[in-house]
Amino acid sequence: MAEPRVMDIKDQPGFRSIAIICLLVLYIPVLILMIFSFNSGSLVTHWEGVTLNWYGSAFLNEEFHSAAKNTLIISVTATIVSTICATLAAIGMTRVKPWRGLAAAFMIINLPLMVPEIITAVATLSFFALIAGTLGLNFGIGNLIFAHTVFCIPFAYMPIRARLEDMDLTLEYAAADLYATPWNAFKRITLPLLVPGIMSGAALAFIVSFDDFTITQLVAGPGQTTLPLYIWNQIRRPMTPEINAISTILLLVSILFVSVSFLIARRRAK
Amino acid sequence: MGTRIESLPRSCQADRLMVTIKTGTHLPTRAGALNGVIVPEQPGKNAIEVRGVRKVFGTGENQVAALDTVSVSIRENEFFTLLGPSGCGKTTLLRLIAGFDFPTAGEILLHGQDIAPLPPYKRPVNTVFQSYALFPHMTVAQNIGFGLEMLGKPKAEIEARVAQMLKLVKMEALKARRTSQISGGQQQRVALARALAPQPKVLLLDEPLSALDYKLRKEMQIELKRLQHETGITFIFVTHDQEEALTMSDRIAVMSAGKILQVGTPRDIYDRPAERFVADFIGETNFLPGTVVSKQGGVATVKFASSATISAGYPEGFDPTGEVTLVVRPEHADLVADPAKGTIAGTLSNIVYFGTDTHYHVKLDGGDNFIVRHQNSRSSPVTYATGAKVGIQFEEDAARVLKD
Repeated sequence: MAEPRVMDIKDQPGFRSIAIICLLVLYIPVLILMIFSFNSGSLVTHWEGVTLNWYGSAFLNEEFHSAAKNTLIISVTATIVSTICATLAAIGMTRVKPWRGLAAAFMIINLPLMVPEIITAVATLSFFALIAGTLGLNFGIGNLIFAHTVFCIPFAYMPIRARLEDMDLTLEYAAADLYATPWNAFKRITLPLLVPGIMSGAALAFIVSFDDFTITQLVAGPGQTTLPLYIWNQIRRPMTPEINAISTILLLVSILFVSVSFLIARRRAK
Repeated sequence: MGTRIESLPRSCQADRLMVTIKTGTHLPTRAGALNGVIVPEQPGKNAIEVRGVRKVFGTGENQVAALDTVSVSIRENEFFTLLGPSGCGKTTLLRLIAGFDFPTAGEILLHGQDIAPLPPYKRPVNTVFQSYALFPHMTVAQNIGFGLEMLGKPKAEIEARVAQMLKLVKMEALKARRTSQISGGQQQRVALARALAPQPKVLLLDEPLSALDYKLRKEMQIELKRLQHETGITFIFVTHDQEEALTMSDRIAVMSAGKILQVGTPRDIYDRPAERFVADFIGETNFLPGTVVSKQGGVATVKFASSATISAGYPEGFDPTGEVTLVVRPEHADLVADPAKGTIAGTLSNIVYFGTDTHYHVKLDGGDNFIVRHQNSRSSPVTYATGAKVGIQFEEDAARVLKD
């Protein structure tokens, strides 16, 4: 059957080759990094043979363990807290009567996305230094959790707000019409339908926190090395494929996390 | 939209019939006024009384009065229709009764109690939404049971009522389906069952049939009437479709620009429109400009440009003087071959055949156009040719002088 001819970008000359080049540029370095994690030689640039030794030594590496533990504590806590804050903010900005300063509040929530991260990092560092200096308070790893939570909020906020705005408001009217109090309507209708948005928001917050370097580097105190910081410290020494193995593990954790949240979101959206 | 008025066969109903609802209570239901039959103005008990309700949207210069001091009483067990073009305020009035908006001024009484300040979840009123608004993450049965669940009914009672509702709307087979897995007509039935399940005092229907195709819409019109008879619940139905309003309603309120222009039975509204807008909005009408010569006992004598005169009635409370417009329904007039025998005369300019009937377009001697509708039968004795001089004949009570 003849399909009606519509403009199809795939028919444009050069579309295919440009797409392929883009994909190659994106993924070849990652692929090379992963391949060299199996290199039996001790150089990351010279291939000698296949081995799993680097994974073995990574798993036995105490410093790696401690960095991984710090990273998980920080990013999981930051993800949970920032997603809750972002959900409340999104509801407060889409399910209420328009109030004065609504546009300003939206700007303020999203501004951190526009501010260069190094500025946020310096500001956060000065802020904690001020608290430590004047009040004599230091929250240890709490500082990092706090900093991560704050910069994760706009990332979590975006997909949650988008989902709330797409949602048919009539559903909430229908719930109220069927004797659901505002709390019941939220619990039974809005929240279940919002789950895909919350999952995407949480996944984004987790990834952003998991691989944050700039802010963590400035704020982290002694013994608060996270995985990105650990990798950074390692490559300043002569590099071995152990770094490649660690990076590959990180990559797999990220992919796993995003896939799980994507699957949950898709199942819920049906 | 078609403007044809068909005489649909209507099933006769016993004056009162008893319907047994699962709970064992007997709900007396009035069979409702048969369509086309004038119901005597019985005071009856009012389900809903809207008193001087105003609704203003926006502030300052952007203020728009969606409802401009509306008052209307809707009786118990009545199929009441709010009819009007889009933007006339009919949906606003429905939303005020449902509680999704609050009136700027005025009262809304439900069985004598002011419900205007109550939130929607405290009103024993349920709504069928235009978009159905079924909960996509729940099954058909869960949707229907939602209202009862929120009312805190025991589980056994909810299950029994849901089963009864599924049966009422003939959806038993699909109760475990997600609402996204059923057709538009089926969604419509679920939306109805969901709104009826808590046995509301009043059911509000916001253009519920507009998303259905023609055939399904016809089916659902009959279905809705059946449900209203069987449940005995007052229905308030919003539509812009005049045919739907005429065929389904016990009474109709015609609305325009935030005001109710006329309330009456379908026959009242059609045969005795109170205003020019009502006559124009419902069915087809001939408008004839003329001048009032004299008035006596509710009958005015009107003179046309052709200097012919006609006697015509006018609505109570309206005092026609000077330049007026006369309305005559096309099917209330007859064509006669002898121009002298007609009430007015003219030249036949066009003949349009419609299958069930024929429209004769007549250019009146005074210059105005007039359409006569003649129902076709197996033996139409007279045939006319365009260009012929003809007379148009109609009874005195077929013509009415209306307020512009």
